[in-house]
Amino acid sequence: MLSKRVIACLDVRDGHLAKSVKFVDTRNIGDPVAKAREYYDDGLDELVFYDITASSEARKIILDVVEAVAEQVFIPLSVGGGVRSVADATDLRLAGAEKINVNSAAVRRPALIAECAEAIGGQNVVLSMDIRRAPPTEALPSGYEIVIDGGRKPMRIDALAWACEGERLGAGELVVNAIDADGTRQGYELPLTRLLSEAVRIPVIASGGAGAPAHLYDVLTAGKADAALVASMVHYGDHTVSGLKRYLHERGVKVRMSW
Amino acid sequence: MSGGPQLVVVDYDAGNLMSVRRACREVGVEAEISADPARIRAAARIIFPGVGAAGSAMRSLTASGVGPALVDAFHAGTPILGICLGLQISLEHSEENDTRTLGLLPGEVRRFQLDDPALKVPHMGWNAVRVVRPHPVLADIAETDEFYFVHAYRPVPAQRRHVLAESVYEGAFCSALGSANYVATQFHPEKSGRVGLRLLARFAEWDGRA
Repeated sequence: MLSKRVIACLDVRDGHLAKSVKFVDTRNIGDPVAKAREYYDDGLDELVFYDITASSEARKIILDVVEAVAEQVFIPLSVGGGVRSVADATDLRLAGAEKINVNSAAVRRPALIAECAEAIGGQNVVLSMDIRRAPPTEALPSGYEIVIDGGRKPMRIDALAWACEGERLGAGELVVNAIDADGTRQGYELPLTRLLSEAVRIPVIASGGAGAPAHLYDVLTAGKADAALVASMVHYGDHTVSGLKRYLHERGVKVRMSW
Repeated sequence: MSGGPQLVVVDYDAGNLMSVRRACREVGVEAEISADPARIRAAARIIFPGVGAAGSAMRSLTASGVGPALVDAFHAGTPILGICLGLQISLEHSEENDTRTLGLLPGEVRRFQLDDPALKVPHMGWNAVRVVRPHPVLADIAETDEFYFVHAYRPVPAQRRHVLAESVYEGAFCSALGSANYVATQFHPEKSGRVGLRLLARFAEWDGRA
C-alpha cells in the first residue's frame, strides 16, 4: 500500500531560503540547494519550493534554483508561487519541477487549473489553498475561508467548495495550508484537513503548524492527510526528516524507511 | 551499432524527459533525447518514458513515425525500458481514451476501480515493489525498497509470465513487466531516489536478455 509522505517546503525569496510566521516576518535561513540535498540524503519523500519573491524581475531566480536541485535530487519536485499561466508552469517543468502549485491566480481565474491540467497532466497540478477560520455563514458554511495573495486578501469563498471545484477542474492534489496554524508549531489544523480529505478523492497534503513529531502522526491518522508538509521544524535543526519518519514508523504509520 | 547513439530517450511530447536524462547522467550515461525515427532505430538502447494521456500520446507517436520505429527496435532486439505511460502504451489497448496502443506485448490497461472510498486515484506516492519473476534490471530491489508512482490506470498483461513485479493498492497490480529485450516499470525510477538510480544503472548495462 502507499506510504504516507513527508514533504519539506522551502520558501525561497530572491534565491534564498526564508521562513515566515503567519505569512509575515520572513527570515533568511540559508541556501535552498544545500538544504534540498541534505533532506534528500536523509530520506525526504518530496520537495516543495514556494517562491515568495516579491518582484517579478527576480522571478527567473527560482528557475535556476529548481534546475540546480533537479541535477542532484531524484525525488518529486513541486514548485509554486506566482504561477499565473500555462507558460509559467511550462517554464518550471522544463527547469525540472514535476508538479506545479497554483494558488491565488487559480482563485481569481479557476480555468487556470483546467488549462494547466490539459498542458502538463492533471496529476502534476497541485491546488494549493491558503485557508483561515471564519464564522460560519451562508457564504461560508464550512467555517473556513479561502485567502489569497500570501494571506492578505480574504475572498469570501468557502474552502470546502473550492477544494471540490479544484478537483472537478482537474487538480491532481490539494495542499491545505492553514493560515491560523502557520509558523505557530502548535500542530496542524486537524478538523480542516480531515474535512477536505474526506470530501475529495485526490491526495491531500496538510500544511501549516507542524512543530513536533506527534503533529505529523495526528494529521496522517486522525486528520486523514496523505502527506504532511514540514518547514521550520526541520529547517532550524530541531528535527530531522529521518527522525520524523522513524517516529511515524514506530507508531505504525506506513512510511518509506529505505533510501 | 556503429555510429548509433548509446542511449536514446524517446521524445514524443509526453512529459518530463529532462528528469530521465538527469537521472541517466547521475549513473554515468549520457542520453540523447530524440524524436527521430532513424535515431531510435539506430540506438544501442532506448528509454521510452511518458506521463500524460494514452490517446494524445498515441496520436503523437503515430504522426511522428516514432511508434513504428519503436516497434522495429523491439523486434531488432534493442534493449528498451518503458516507464509509466511508456509501459502502458506497449500493451495492446488502453481504457484511457479507448486507445489502441503499440502492442509489443499482449494485454491491456484499465482504470483503477477501488471499493474503498478512502483510497485516492491517481495512485500517487511511494509504494513497495515485489519482484515475482527475477530479472537483471530489477535485481537490486529489496523487499523494503519503495518507488514513486503517479497513475490512474494499471497494466494487465494477458500472459502471467510477462509480469515481473507487483505492488498492492487495495489488490495486487502489475508494477513491472517485460519480455525478451523489453522491460518496463509503472513507477518512475528517475524519481525514486537511489533505488531508482540503481535500476537505471542496471538497465544501462543490460544485454537485453531476461
